[in-house]
Amino acid sequence: MSEPLLRVEDLHVEFPTEDGVVHAVDGISYEVERGQTLGIVGESGSGKTVSSLTTLGLTRTQGARVSGRILFEGKDLVALPDAELRAIRGNEIAMVFQDPLSSLHPFFKVGSQLIEAVRAHQDVSKAAARARAIELLGLVGIPDPEKRVDHYPHEFSGGMRQRAMIGMALANEPKLLIADEPTTALDVTVQAQILALLERLQRELGMAIVIITHDLGVVAEMANEIAVMYAGRIVETASAEEIFAGPEHPYTWGLLKSIPRLKGRRDEALTPILGTPPSLIRRPSGCHFHPRCPYAQPDHARIDPQLQPVAGESEHHVACLLESQLRRRLWAELQQGATPEQAREALGLPPPPEQFERVASVAAGAAQGSGGTVGPAPEIGL
Amino acid sequence: MTRYIIRRLLWGLVLLVIVIALLFVMFRVLPTADPAKLRAGRLQSPKIIAEIRHTYGLDKSLPAQFWLYLKDLFLHFNLGFSFYSGAPVKELIFNRVSATLSLVIGGAIVWVVTGVGVGIVSARRAGSRLDRASMGSALVLVSAPEYWLGLIVLYLFASDIGQVRIFPGAGSYVGLTSDPVKWFTSLILPWLVVAAGTAAIYARLIRGSLIETMGEDYIRTARAKGLSERRVVLRHGLRSAINPIVTILGLDIGVLLGSSVLVETVFNIPGIGRLNYIAITHADFPIVEGTVLLAALFIIIANIVVDIAYAFLDPRVRYS
Repeated sequence: MSEPLLRVEDLHVEFPTEDGVVHAVDGISYEVERGQTLGIVGESGSGKTVSSLTTLGLTRTQGARVSGRILFEGKDLVALPDAELRAIRGNEIAMVFQDPLSSLHPFFKVGSQLIEAVRAHQDVSKAAARARAIELLGLVGIPDPEKRVDHYPHEFSGGMRQRAMIGMALANEPKLLIADEPTTALDVTVQAQILALLERLQRELGMAIVIITHDLGVVAEMANEIAVMYAGRIVETASAEEIFAGPEHPYTWGLLKSIPRLKGRRDEALTPILGTPPSLIRRPSGCHFHPRCPYAQPDHARIDPQLQPVAGESEHHVACLLESQLRRRLWAELQQGATPEQAREALGLPPPPEQFERVASVAAGAAQGSGGTVGPAPEIGL
Repeated sequence: MTRYIIRRLLWGLVLLVIVIALLFVMFRVLPTADPAKLRAGRLQSPKIIAEIRHTYGLDKSLPAQFWLYLKDLFLHFNLGFSFYSGAPVKELIFNRVSATLSLVIGGAIVWVVTGVGVGIVSARRAGSRLDRASMGSALVLVSAPEYWLGLIVLYLFASDIGQVRIFPGAGSYVGLTSDPVKWFTSLILPWLVVAAGTAAIYARLIRGSLIETMGEDYIRTARAKGLSERRVVLRHGLRSAINPIVTILGLDIGVLLGSSVLVETVFNIPGIGRLNYIAITHADFPIVEGTVLLAALFIIIANIVVDIAYAFLDPRVRYS
């Protein structure tokens, strides 16, 4: 097997703050092959954005402590000096951000921002860069690019702005495009257009894509591989088909069960994941997910699960303390439409110890500095 | 855009007429010393006073006087005559505009360059010792009254009375056209004094606004493009952070052009502020009226320039 385009090895990113050290990314490893798509999925605060900003060295200015390796074509981006990293940034690795309105400079014309991206890495005349900017706007499907190049971002619609952002990212034909929630700020119909655009561009330009999202639906079509992140760690990683066909981690189940499906019964209830993402300063002991896991057992608060291959599937890894057989039967129950409680009872699994729920709310309370208030964990979902 | 400018200009004109009316009420209607008596000086016979009243139209009704005043002002730029010297106020002001302009424009260059420069450095090293030292001295300079600061620098650096005699002191001003070098050196201390407080305010403003801007998403985008940090700060960051400065710069220059009284008095610079100061001490109302009107005009013009500049600086303003 040849060397992958990007290989992240045991990446840690920490931010020292007044309240304590934020463990934003806690030892993650993944690979992206040339021309392939990796989907990184997780809630806000799971470390997915920080890990990709770190790939571009953009957390350096924020005082982040980074360890581990990020190998891009054999070069370790973590150890690379600023100037060399800058030569890669926007050139070989480009990034598209979540909110296209705030990500474009409001006082510069869209064209001049594209021209700047071209000239940052290519020694070409302004006229040539402008021609390239027009070409890029056409490539991402903006009608009338000769005119649009002289417009300001506020004269573009949301979808057009995101297209312009993508065009800017493509200015130097990167080998890797990191798209951080590229569709979250957009209308549903526009979301589909942007995803289709990314797929088309990937086919035409042959670049690899890392797409970061909280929405499994977004990566379902696009991604070859999916990594599910929780509290700064990857808790499950597999090919897209395997994630959807046989998910192994209770958190992944939660993500899947909270997506409305057209095929399901109309009265089928969506099952939210209870509680809130944990504080990354004082993380729960043992399995970080145990305070919110409906299947947690007493020793799960003690033992820290490692990412391990799933029996029979060499590319599928999961970090869960439940027995492999038990997990499959639980997922089978859930697929039948059972609630987590029903699934647990059907398999004779005792409910999580009561104090687990409190740990979740205490951890949340401590993060806000209010100390040890005990109460029911708040609910999130639809 | 053209319609916007025309609308702003018309509003400026309306504002100016209102200011003129207010001035008229203040100096002619409200009971002050009788202008005819002041004009007559020591030869105060009723006949002479009546003659003066007639010549200057003071025997007419107030609305008629106001109309005459407006007509004189807008058709002939006539601001009246000094009670004391009898010289036309227009000429008196005109002869002193260049000194005030020299002081204010030069001062503005000094305060913008130092204020913005210090602000950028402070913002990029927020929390460092350099930052704290700069912001500390800024606080001192903001708090120091101009005339006090003026006297202090004269005491320290003036070539006649200073402890370290390196710069020309009070009363050394000469016109730019008669001796450029002397003009420049004589203005160094006044420029510094005029600029000190304002530079301090600008430094604090730029610091705050740049720190805020550097946290914006589009700064992250600029970095993600692979631009140098210098370009990210000076082009992308400063472009947004500079806007509030442009707003107050126009107003500060406008205000100072009309009222640089303290610095001109301390340094004995023959400008409009000093003219005004002397006129006030002698109750020479036509001059006071003229200089106040000029100050109002400067501020109105500055406001219009700021509004128009803003439309150019922020493309989002233009279309709304």
